[in-house]
Amino acid sequence: MHSEDLFFQAFIYLMAAVLSVPFAKRLGLGSVLGYLIAGVIIGPFVLGLVGEQQDDVMHFAEFGVVMMLFLIGLELRPSLLWQMRGPILGLGGLQVAVTTGAIALIALLVGLPWTMALAIGMILALSSTAIVLQTLNEKGLMRTEAGQASFSVLLFQDIAVIPMLALLPLLEMGQTAIGPHTAVLVATAEASGGLPAWQRTLLVMGAVGGIIVVGRFLMRPVFRFIADTRLREMFTATALLLVIGITLIMQMVGLSPALGTFVAGVVLADNEYRHELETDIEPFKGLLLGLFFISVGASIDFNVLARQPLLILDLVIGLMLLKGLVLLALGRFFRQSLSQNLLFAMALAQGGEFCFVLFSFAQQSRVLPTTITAPLVVVVALSMALTPLVMIANERLVQPRFVSQGEQREPDTIDDGETPVIVAGFGRFGQIVNRLLVANGIQTTVLDHDPATIDLLRQFGHKVFYGDSSRIELLYAAGAAEAKLFVMAIDDVERSLQTIDLVKQHFPHLKILARAIDRRHAYELLRRDVAVVERETFESALSLGAEALKLLGFRAYHAHRAARIFRHHDIKAMREMAEIEADMPKLVAKSQQLAADLKEVLQSDSFDLPREVDQAWDTTALKKYGA
Amino acid sequence: MTPSNRILVLFAHPALNKSRINSQLVRAIADLEGVTLHDLYEEYPDFHIDVKREQQLLIDHDIVVWQHPFYWYSSPAILKEWQDLVLEHGFAYGHEGTALQGKKCLSAISTGGSQQAYQRDGYNYYTIGELLTPFAQTARLCGMNYLPPFVVHGTHQLLDGPEISDRAQDYRTLIQALRDNQINWAALPGLTQLNQDLSQVLLAPEVAPHA
Repeated sequence: MHSEDLFFQAFIYLMAAVLSVPFAKRLGLGSVLGYLIAGVIIGPFVLGLVGEQQDDVMHFAEFGVVMMLFLIGLELRPSLLWQMRGPILGLGGLQVAVTTGAIALIALLVGLPWTMALAIGMILALSSTAIVLQTLNEKGLMRTEAGQASFSVLLFQDIAVIPMLALLPLLEMGQTAIGPHTAVLVATAEASGGLPAWQRTLLVMGAVGGIIVVGRFLMRPVFRFIADTRLREMFTATALLLVIGITLIMQMVGLSPALGTFVAGVVLADNEYRHELETDIEPFKGLLLGLFFISVGASIDFNVLARQPLLILDLVIGLMLLKGLVLLALGRFFRQSLSQNLLFAMALAQGGEFCFVLFSFAQQSRVLPTTITAPLVVVVALSMALTPLVMIANERLVQPRFVSQGEQREPDTIDDGETPVIVAGFGRFGQIVNRLLVANGIQTTVLDHDPATIDLLRQFGHKVFYGDSSRIELLYAAGAAEAKLFVMAIDDVERSLQTIDLVKQHFPHLKILARAIDRRHAYELLRRDVAVVERETFESALSLGAEALKLLGFRAYHAHRAARIFRHHDIKAMREMAEIEADMPKLVAKSQQLAADLKEVLQSDSFDLPREVDQAWDTTALKKYGA
Repeated sequence: MTPSNRILVLFAHPALNKSRINSQLVRAIADLEGVTLHDLYEEYPDFHIDVKREQQLLIDHDIVVWQHPFYWYSSPAILKEWQDLVLEHGFAYGHEGTALQGKKCLSAISTGGSQQAYQRDGYNYYTIGELLTPFAQTARLCGMNYLPPFVVHGTHQLLDGPEISDRAQDYRTLIQALRDNQINWAALPGLTQLNQDLSQVLLAPEVAPHA
């Protein structure tokens, strides 16, 4: 491909996405549908702007799914995954088995041989991880009962692809060599294909074990080393290197890269660089998934559809109905409430991206003829495209009926570690704040960008993450959308203000408590209407001042009260001066301003402090009246 | 009917999160119009009481309620601090100290021991009335009319959920009646406790105690 050609293609895809996704979003259709529509429009049957490289683009874009599973893994600590083993194996296993059986039975009834029937059943039992998770996430439904159940089923399906790949060639119609297959999502075990079974098993176990060991023990120092360079792009490069490296290894040993990166994600889930990894991979994942959805849209073969429109339509409706009914039955069996069960069934009723891969694999393995795979690929693509619409219908027409019956949203089943407080900056200041909170049983998420601090604090069991808190994506990753308080404790005035502006803009619900470096910083914070502003040296200087008074012979309580009264007046004066300050022309040189500040401070002290201290217990007034 | 009274409830409880009685009592009156609930420990966690502000609050109200648990036969420390600082000479007492003249003052307290414990043969020996003498005299010196106290007894042993909410409802009824002047003022001097028999205290029969 020439580079102009590449740029032209990139231009087309980006243009399609930028034009259609915001509109789809605005119309309440969700981004997935936007991408799909964009794909149809630029595809060969409308504008014909993209054509022959479509398959390559799609395979490349499947990498987005791999990244998505890595990110999902990052959110799931091993213990949480273990807790979910029941739904994954039970619900997921039954869904694949029952749906395969049901579809195969229908295929048998229409007269296909059992090998084809079984192959079609297995392939169509799969759902679309990409579309379902993206849609559920966008609608904020991931943490519902149905969201968790969907996730469990999808995870099982992603694992089930591997034995399916092994099984498909055994169903083939005649003996023919299988050509190399280049999908990213699954590898055909070309590399290890010649080895006996036990060696392949060892190889697979070795690869997974390797990921776990490396992720657990080697990645921390590597991340630390990279973070020490303080080059943001190096961290991004490392994160990408990690995901791509795992993909390659998985392809070599014939495992699903999606599964491999998922495992790597889970292993890294309690790593302190987790949020930074999320932040770095997220945009790539988003773009690649978008590209993937576009290519699904562009791949819908309207010729096939035009030739047998009724058959295709029947198949699409039949497929979604059948899958949905199986899911409903299983959900009921697993005691989901009806509203959640409906969501679960509608979410997973489509075919998935693995279907494309498996159909082409089955075709190459001569299990299924093109006359069968071609229409089925269209059916799968259409069912995927319909899913966001079905979900919208569910959201607008079905779910509202349940609200009136007083059914409430189910409690979250996954504690994904979001905390009510985010502490940005874990230096001299932030750590005292954090220690006080933790000592009182409050969970916090701490962000800091100094690797040395992080390592030390982690040894003492603090929950600290590496990252620059002025990056909005990192704040999202740290759970700012769910937190209640944001403690800004970094020692850099500019970054502190910049971050607070960002936080106020993106998370208006967060109450901000800020450390002020000096008075000028405090004024800026006060003008930003920050809930709590505390000058970093003020309270400790007051304490020291009170100690000085004591050494000069003041009684301890007198000195204490004097400090309290001083504090009261000073805070009041600061708030007043912050308002005056706002009107001052900014042209005055900074040194002049500082001098002026000091003068103002001193003037504000000119009231009679000593008298005020003891006024309450003063008996002179009594003596005067002789009472 | 005389115009309604504005009521200032000066509430002192150092650990409200552990309180069973006072938290309910406070909740029972929190939404009442014309009643200012002033939580001293919440306002002044470092005991740095804003004297001028407190005095203004007193001036702005007609009835002052000291609501607190009865710790060591007295109030939690902050209410004593409040009295020491806010009831200044020249404001609350003395020749020019007439700011509180004619106002009414009520103690609303909860005690761990039962009513039987607060008599000569009980382990507390003195009666509630005797033990509240410093509060009564403080009010008297400030020219305020000290009403018989509202007392919730025996918080240690008895008082399950419904009992507590009955007391809370009584408290609400009384505070409402005080606010609306629906009190048989003439009957009060003979009473040891304001809530020993609400029917004697309340004027309007339609303002029934907890029905």
